[in-house]
Amino acid sequence: MKRYQNLILILLVVAIGAFPLWYVNKPAPTADGKQVEIFKGADDQAKDTISTIAPDYKPWFNSMMEPSSGEVASLLFALQAGIGAGFLGYWIGSSTTRARMRKEQEKAKA
Amino acid sequence: MHIMEGFLPVKHAIGWSVAAAPFVGYGLYSINKRVKQNPEQRMLLGVAAAFTFVLSALKIPSVTGSCSHPTGTGLGAVLFGPSAMAPIGAIVLLFQALLLAHGGITTLGANVFSMAILGPWVAWLVFRLSRSVRLPFGPSVFLAASLADMATYITTAFQLAIAFPDPVGGILASFAKFAGVFALTQIPLAICEGILSVIVMNALMKLNQEEMTNLESFKTQEVKA
Repeated sequence: MKRYQNLILILLVVAIGAFPLWYVNKPAPTADGKQVEIFKGADDQAKDTISTIAPDYKPWFNSMMEPSSGEVASLLFALQAGIGAGFLGYWIGSSTTRARMRKEQEKAKA
Repeated sequence: MHIMEGFLPVKHAIGWSVAAAPFVGYGLYSINKRVKQNPEQRMLLGVAAAFTFVLSALKIPSVTGSCSHPTGTGLGAVLFGPSAMAPIGAIVLLFQALLLAHGGITTLGANVFSMAILGPWVAWLVFRLSRSVRLPFGPSVFLAASLADMATYITTAFQLAIAFPDPVGGILASFAKFAGVFALTQIPLAICEGILSVIVMNALMKLNQEEMTNLESFKTQEVKA
């Protein structure tokens, strides 16, 4: 059990992430025939909520740079995750090697 | 939990920035001091930062039919205490605000406050509390990371509620609306974050035992045990 613990935990995360894709139905279009987007960002929904509570509110500052398309945005998100994952990979690699070499050294001494 | 650029009134934007700044400043000071005293902990700091980078880039679908992302700041807070995570979280938020138009410069203070200050404090307190009632290590890490994640999003809902009180029901009604957007969506993601934090923590305990025993938050436990 202990041996498979991490594997089970990772599978659990994947399952929690994938479950909504199967479980949530695409919302019906609104009365005026507009398509409702599914799996929209919660941040965007908060923006919509602001405009229903305070319809007169105008944002007073705009982003200085905006990714020119959804593709470019996903590139930058992938880059962010890639940088992080790259470091984590380096850490796991170097740490396991260090642990192994230490064991071998101890064996050689004994 | 990113409040979009320009979507906080000027006074609120300034207020949250002023509130967040000293935490980030002290965090930088404490990280510098730590690295000087324990250079071997640089690797652990890197792991905490990298974990935050990865997790806050993952937009995961949720049962409410919308997408959101974990924060990744709980793990580092459990390792180093809450103050170290303020600058690390701020770097991630700055990257997203400048390059991705995700969040913003004017809302940076508020976003730093929820994700890089309040979340880590919750993580650290929950971890201490769980350990003091003798909860096992793994479940304590899980609780700390997932509750920190939830607390971050509830803070964002609160920040938006006091900036945009409902004309009829006031701040409370407005809070209920924003929490409806953020909190429910976040529950499964918080569970994911908790699990991922446990996985990384298990690996740290196995591979970096020496460095880990030098961490204050783990030392005190050994004395108790």
